[in-house]
Amino acid sequence: MRYVVLALAALIVAGAGGFVWLGWYPAIAPVPPPARTSFPPAAVARGAELAALGTCMSCHTAPGGAPFAGGRALQTPFGTIYASNITPDPATGIGTWSEAAFRRALHEGVDRRGGQLYPAFPYDHFTKVSAADDADLYAYLMTRQPVRASAPPNDLSFPFDYRFLITGWKVLFFRTAAFRPDPAQSAQWNRGAYLVQGLAHCGACHTPRNLLGAEKSGEAFDGGEAQDWYAYALGKTSPAPIAWTADGLYAYLRQGWQAEHGDALGPMREVTDDLAGASDADLRAIATYIATGFGKQGPPGPQVATQAGPGEALYRGACATCHEDSRGPPFAGLDLARSSALRAPDPANLANIITDGIPATGETREPIMPGFGAVLTSRQTEDLIAYLRTRFGAPHPRDGIADAVQSARTNTAQLEAAR
Amino acid sequence: MILNVNGQQRNVDVDPDTPLLYVLRGELGLNGAKYGCGLGQCGACTVLVDNRAVFSCVTPVVALQGRRIVTVEGLGSTDNPGPLQHAFIEEQAAQCGYCTAGMIVRAEGLLRRNNEPTDAEIRAAMQPNLCRCGTQVRILRAVRRAAVVIRTQAEAQG
Repeated sequence: MRYVVLALAALIVAGAGGFVWLGWYPAIAPVPPPARTSFPPAAVARGAELAALGTCMSCHTAPGGAPFAGGRALQTPFGTIYASNITPDPATGIGTWSEAAFRRALHEGVDRRGGQLYPAFPYDHFTKVSAADDADLYAYLMTRQPVRASAPPNDLSFPFDYRFLITGWKVLFFRTAAFRPDPAQSAQWNRGAYLVQGLAHCGACHTPRNLLGAEKSGEAFDGGEAQDWYAYALGKTSPAPIAWTADGLYAYLRQGWQAEHGDALGPMREVTDDLAGASDADLRAIATYIATGFGKQGPPGPQVATQAGPGEALYRGACATCHEDSRGPPFAGLDLARSSALRAPDPANLANIITDGIPATGETREPIMPGFGAVLTSRQTEDLIAYLRTRFGAPHPRDGIADAVQSARTNTAQLEAAR
Repeated sequence: MILNVNGQQRNVDVDPDTPLLYVLRGELGLNGAKYGCGLGQCGACTVLVDNRAVFSCVTPVVALQGRRIVTVEGLGSTDNPGPLQHAFIEEQAAQCGYCTAGMIVRAEGLLRRNNEPTDAEIRAAMQPNLCRCGTQVRILRAVRRAAVVIRTQAEAQG
């Protein structure tokens, strides 16, 4: 018995030692902030396109804040994480990071001092970025305007506020890896695969996550969640009534909406805003790669006859004028028989859109929709969603509606207070 | 169906999906709110529901039982204009006038929740309402003027 206890104790000590060893990274010595002129303009220009593809700006910029200066709150199931300042400010940004330190952060999830980074920073994808692209991204970020700004401390629930636990998370879920092209596929497809799996980190939202926040390995692109929005499945389980094609995906990524599928909203709108800086060729490549994952959906299923409930009159008075207008987006509403939001397993997006609408942004031609949060009560919104999901053939049309509406109303009230 | 409009209970006999705008103009003779686009995109039809500005052209009356509806007629009269109406007259903040009722009601919704708005807050709040004549700068002035009057009145009342 004593030997068993001793052996157990030895195992624990060895395990703890191994844990420390696994989680220990040396600090990389600070460097004087490199001069802007030390980077070739061509590298900076390529880095700008890469940063757009990586949507660095939308996460690392607070609402109304300076670009890349961090402080933006990211809600996770474990609490709130504040994005860091990635401008070249020496004190609060990455001004003293060498290219090696920058590359290690991208590929291994470790900051310059050797501290573990939370996987909200998607290094599980960025580990596949090529060395040449690392260098160009570094050139771009180190030539931005330095901004002195410290992000608020993270607000995570116990025990996730202990960074050493990230070591265990990495042992379980993270492997450094290079991108491996598929020689059977075209160069364009492989370019898309490289971007989607790596820098563009599409799976960070569109793949479901397990209880510890890691992407489920066998369920790539089966639909995930981001900031109280549902990120649609991008494969055979896509809820889109009309199958996505490479051309359709390209148009959607390029302009932020597409006539047969509608508008990019919520976090995806931030993505398409960032993608404005990406090249046509790269967006075509992404579309080509993603499109191969979709099956051949048929035309929209027959509409289900519904009993006239409280939702029907609301639909007729509030929705039908625009959504039964045959012109379609961007001049009229989407034919709701084409809506992915209505057929998704999660009613979150529907609740968000009905409550907040589609605000007019920018100067480009794109769909808008008034929000109905001030018109409809929670109960009326729930009735309307139940009616729409039943009529247009959502699976389990009544599931999750009350929670989705409550969350949408809370978030919209915060948005309105900030506007 | 009974609707509370400008503080009065009004009995209307209409289909539940009828837009509020049609009821106001066709049934109740309240012609302040205008039909512009009919799609909730121009704001000419704006009214308040429980103090929040909404597009009455896409608001079915079935949603409004027990809610407090206020139209531009509820904010004052020709003889006794309210602070915003008075300010719009003082600043001559209209050309053709078609958007004016909606503008005044949208601004009323803002000043009821915030009687000390910054210019940025006024612009953000007025963003859903369109004026094709180009009187926006006068409208901004009118809203600022009315805000001062409303604050002064509130302070006078202690």
